[in-house]
Amino acid sequence: MLKTLGTHIRGYVKESVLTPVFMIGEVIMEMIIPLLMASIINNGVEAGNMRHIYLIGSLMVAVALVGLAFGIGGGVFGARASTGFARNLRKAMYERIQTFSFSNIDKFSTAGLVTRLTTDVTNIQNAYQMILRMCMRAPVSLVCAMVMSFYISPRLASVYLVAVLLLGCVLGLIVAGAMKYFSQAFPKYDALNESVQENVSAIRVVKAYVREDYEKEKFKKASDGIYRIFCKAEGIVAWNGPVMNLTVYSCIILISWIGARLIVQGSLETGDLMALLTYCMTILMNLMMLSMIFVMITMSAASARRISEVLNEKPDLANPEEPVMEVAHGGIVFDHVSFRYKKDADAPVLKNINLEIRAGETIGIIGGTGSAKSTLVNLISRLYDVSEGRLMVGGVDVRDYDMEALRNQVAVVLQNNVLFSGTILENLRWGDLEASEEACVHACRLACADEFIQRMPEGYHTYIEQGGTNVSGGQKQRLCIARALLKKPKILILDDSTSAVDTATDARIRSAFAQEIPGTTKLIIAQRISSVEHADRIIVMHEGEIDGFGTHEQLLASNEIYRDVYESQTNGSGDFDEGVGENAGGKGGM
Amino acid sequence: MAQEKTSQTDQNLNRGTGATGAPRGPHAHGGPRGARGPRPKIENPGRLLKRVLGYTFKDYAIFWIVVMVCIVTTVLATLQGTLFMKTLIDDYIVPLLGRQNPDFGPLAGAIGRVACFYGLGVLASFTQSRLMIYVTQGTMRNLRNDLFEKMEELPIRYFDTHAHGDIMSIYTNDIDTMRQMVSQSVPQLASSAISVLSTLVSMLVLDVPLTLVTLFMVAVMILAVRKVGSLSGRFFLAQQRDLGQLNGCIEETMTGQKVVKVFCHEEESLKQFNELNDRLCDSAYRANKFGNIMGPINAQLGNLSYVVCAVAGGMLAITGISGLSLGDLAAFLTLNKSFIMPINQITMQFNSIIMALAGAERIFRLMDETPEVDEGYVELVNAERNERQEIVESGKRTGLWAWKHYHKGSDTVTYTELKGDVVFDHVDFGYTDEKMILHDIQLFAQPGQKIAFVGSTGAGKTTITNLINRFYSIQDGKIRYDGINVNKIKLDHLRRSLGIVLQDTHLFTGTVMENIRYGKLDATEEEVMQAARLANADGFIRRLPEGYNTMLHGDGANLSQGQRQLLAIARAAIADPPVLILDEATSSIDTRTERIVQDGMDKLMKGRTTFVIAHRLSTVRNSDCIMVLEQGRIIERGTHDQLLMEKGKYYQLYTGLQA
Repeated sequence: MLKTLGTHIRGYVKESVLTPVFMIGEVIMEMIIPLLMASIINNGVEAGNMRHIYLIGSLMVAVALVGLAFGIGGGVFGARASTGFARNLRKAMYERIQTFSFSNIDKFSTAGLVTRLTTDVTNIQNAYQMILRMCMRAPVSLVCAMVMSFYISPRLASVYLVAVLLLGCVLGLIVAGAMKYFSQAFPKYDALNESVQENVSAIRVVKAYVREDYEKEKFKKASDGIYRIFCKAEGIVAWNGPVMNLTVYSCIILISWIGARLIVQGSLETGDLMALLTYCMTILMNLMMLSMIFVMITMSAASARRISEVLNEKPDLANPEEPVMEVAHGGIVFDHVSFRYKKDADAPVLKNINLEIRAGETIGIIGGTGSAKSTLVNLISRLYDVSEGRLMVGGVDVRDYDMEALRNQVAVVLQNNVLFSGTILENLRWGDLEASEEACVHACRLACADEFIQRMPEGYHTYIEQGGTNVSGGQKQRLCIARALLKKPKILILDDSTSAVDTATDARIRSAFAQEIPGTTKLIIAQRISSVEHADRIIVMHEGEIDGFGTHEQLLASNEIYRDVYESQTNGSGDFDEGVGENAGGKGGM
Repeated sequence: MAQEKTSQTDQNLNRGTGATGAPRGPHAHGGPRGARGPRPKIENPGRLLKRVLGYTFKDYAIFWIVVMVCIVTTVLATLQGTLFMKTLIDDYIVPLLGRQNPDFGPLAGAIGRVACFYGLGVLASFTQSRLMIYVTQGTMRNLRNDLFEKMEELPIRYFDTHAHGDIMSIYTNDIDTMRQMVSQSVPQLASSAISVLSTLVSMLVLDVPLTLVTLFMVAVMILAVRKVGSLSGRFFLAQQRDLGQLNGCIEETMTGQKVVKVFCHEEESLKQFNELNDRLCDSAYRANKFGNIMGPINAQLGNLSYVVCAVAGGMLAITGISGLSLGDLAAFLTLNKSFIMPINQITMQFNSIIMALAGAERIFRLMDETPEVDEGYVELVNAERNERQEIVESGKRTGLWAWKHYHKGSDTVTYTELKGDVVFDHVDFGYTDEKMILHDIQLFAQPGQKIAFVGSTGAGKTTITNLINRFYSIQDGKIRYDGINVNKIKLDHLRRSLGIVLQDTHLFTGTVMENIRYGKLDATEEEVMQAARLANADGFIRRLPEGYNTMLHGDGANLSQGQRQLLAIARAAIADPPVLILDEATSSIDTRTERIVQDGMDKLMKGRTTFVIAHRLSTVRNSDCIMVLEQGRIIERGTHDQLLMEKGKYYQLYTGLQA
């Protein structure tokens, strides 16, 4: 894990090394200053020596300035190193996510990925800065103070050594004990936040079912659980302060007592005793800080783990060694294809699919909720790999293609379609970055999107809000179709992409396809019979298997499911939909 | 110095907690695009601070008093330790020097006394840290609970107008900064203030001119802190803004990641991300830089102050102008050191207090929101008929429901049977007063009728149903339910009588069983399964890895849209409401399944009122009355056959022909 993250320091190695160096410099200056202060008092003030005060005073100013320089340097480089590290981490994760296949994406939820890219990275950034600035500082000043004490009086200094060892053990116990509870607390905390999130987004459900009190009760219980566990965890951490105080005070008393005897015996100077007492604080404070750093590192370990999960995730689809760059034609062959989303799942989602689709054919796909229609088409552009059998596009196994080359020729309009914030033109150009405005307009005409775009105040330059909230469902679908058309693909897949488009428009889109892109193989998944009945052939899916494959007439005669669906939808095939009163547009009241 | 660093460590440490993995889902309801922009300045920080303190004092007054006593004790214990150091050598060690048989008795006595004080100090610090845990965690718990309770009371409008990410961040970030303030800044400030005061008094006693010099240096320090602090504050705001923008960008591309893949748009999205990422790195660097250098600057200014005092004091003492002795000067210099340190600590707390107050402002803003108005008094009660066929209240669940109507004037109670008779009488409605969405809606739904709404997006179909259960209140006109104005019905009683399946399906973390049971908390397993069978969900539920006990996470992300809708229908079915509202409830369910569901629903809804919104013809065809809406007005109404005869808008929609 550390190794995974560590490699992303590159570019900021210099800063990462310089920060602790500067911090050490600052510590050394800090060590010198008490010596100078003592000298001002002992040899200057008490001796009434103004010259000495001036001399040491200006020396102290100089040391302070050097210390300031070191301090600022450490601060600046520390900030540079940690923010740079965070930037690298975000970038690396983002790049890695771009290489993910659909199944990798499914594994991490969207919210999970967002958290990892933001909150977790921020945690790491803070921890890293802390480590750089404090990790060297604390031990160095501890060691310095220790060395100084031993230099003054080995006998007295051994009191510190014992104290440090004892305190170290106790602090270690405290940290270990607290971590146990903290690691239990964080998942609970996440769960609590999740419940808030759910309540915010599902507030209508809560209110509609009058479950406010139920939710409050549930929340209170979770909140109390967190209260208890944090109290336990912090209860252990709370020993830190008193134990620390106890040790410091004991040291002071012991040193005073033993020191006094040594002085009386004549083996210690009074000034030395004062210095020793000063170092006492430094040593124990730094020890305390080390324990803090340790707790902090352990706490950010959770974030580090989540980040490295993303960085170490192997994209499970890879380009072949010698990829085929050209898709010859739009023919598709499923050869004994089975598919399961997880390798260890018992039942396959698709069972032994055999299909042969010729280039240029229009294929309708129909089937019940959860019959694996989308799964079937997702295999074609290799969004997932088949589990058994093989799938060929243009006569070549999809696994032999360069993925980008394949996907540029197989355009999919997904079920959950997304528009991005930007103008309509920008969204359309996702299909083809170099597309001219005329080409975009043409594609929109085919998709029957031009009519409503023209009516918009700014036409093709209308700005689409994030998530496409300012266009209706039917408009969104048509824009997505146009976007896919701009790719000029050899295979076009529409996954329930006209469900919110009215029947008449749907028919016009289909006839435009037939006339304008006859060479493109078209696969159309739909709920409506009218969307598929004119297709060359129709696939009827049922629970992951092909129940029927043929023309409308053939299926009507031979396929029970198809006949059933057909009959349920006959007598007027219209749907009421978004097509009408489009000019009302905009997002409606919900 | 060392102590100051520790407190910094503390802050960082706490930043690390709380914030871990707060799930920030992509909020569906728009809002300002992720970017939260620079935060507004805090208005009236003094009052806000008072309110925050008041909040924690409210429940933990005694704790706080004890904590304050403990703080004073700890400060005093340390102080007497420092004083003892001074006397140790002069009063106890020096007299013993050169004696043949030194008597360590007085020294032992003094050390014993000191040890007692120290013991007291340790005890106080132990008590303080113990109590602070309960105060801090307890306050946080109360804050969370109060916030949540308040949130549940807020009208839907609040959730429409606030980005969900922002509401979430109140629970995570803002509460966390508050926690830091309560647990660290406040006690720290208290103890620093006590130290500063006691030291200032001692300094004044020793020498006034030197004290003035010291105060002057402190003024310089504070000036420097303010300068650097305001710079760093500005960059922290910029960092916040850039972080918001990057968040927005990430959220958007992660949501559309599959589309990115399908269009091979990886490079492009990377380009945009890199730009924002670099910008954030830059502003974060600046913010942290200034934050980091504040410490060293302060520390060295403190050293400078020491030197200035030494020089000035030395001159005073040696020239003997103000009667300052050399011993006094030495003591003064020690005091100078212990004066500067707590001031440094106070300034270090400044940023975190400002941040906490900004958070507190958002927290209290949510708490100050006006809750849903509920002036209703009519209640829904279980009822039964007595021998004379009159409706009387019943303690049991009878299946017969009645509205209990208390008449203030005559001090009588009448019962009206709940039938599901809904009337809209000239209703106007707009989300804001300026723009009306619905105009003059007239609607009569008799018990047992199925009323359908059709029309384009934005015509106001969903809005109408949201008015029946008073998600929003109307501007003009009246809505009557069984002849009673809905405003007179207690909100929760009204909603309990209405079952709604919403357009956007929302499921909760929990098992399938628990999710269906949401409609009726005391439902038996058998009832749950029956509802699932009715919604035709039983089949797929049984195929799930653990059947009814399968856990659902993240709004049921592991189910298909159609399956989620089936669960939502089962949830409504189990509630067994007299009036049912189905808002595109079957839009993602294939037509065959829908027909099965529909049959079940029709059986369930026999004799009850149903409102249906659908764009699928098969869903609305058998309705008793179909309303065609356009731009907030009902333009046609009638049965399927009547509307076809009229050859109006409905006819166009139905036949798919453009007029």
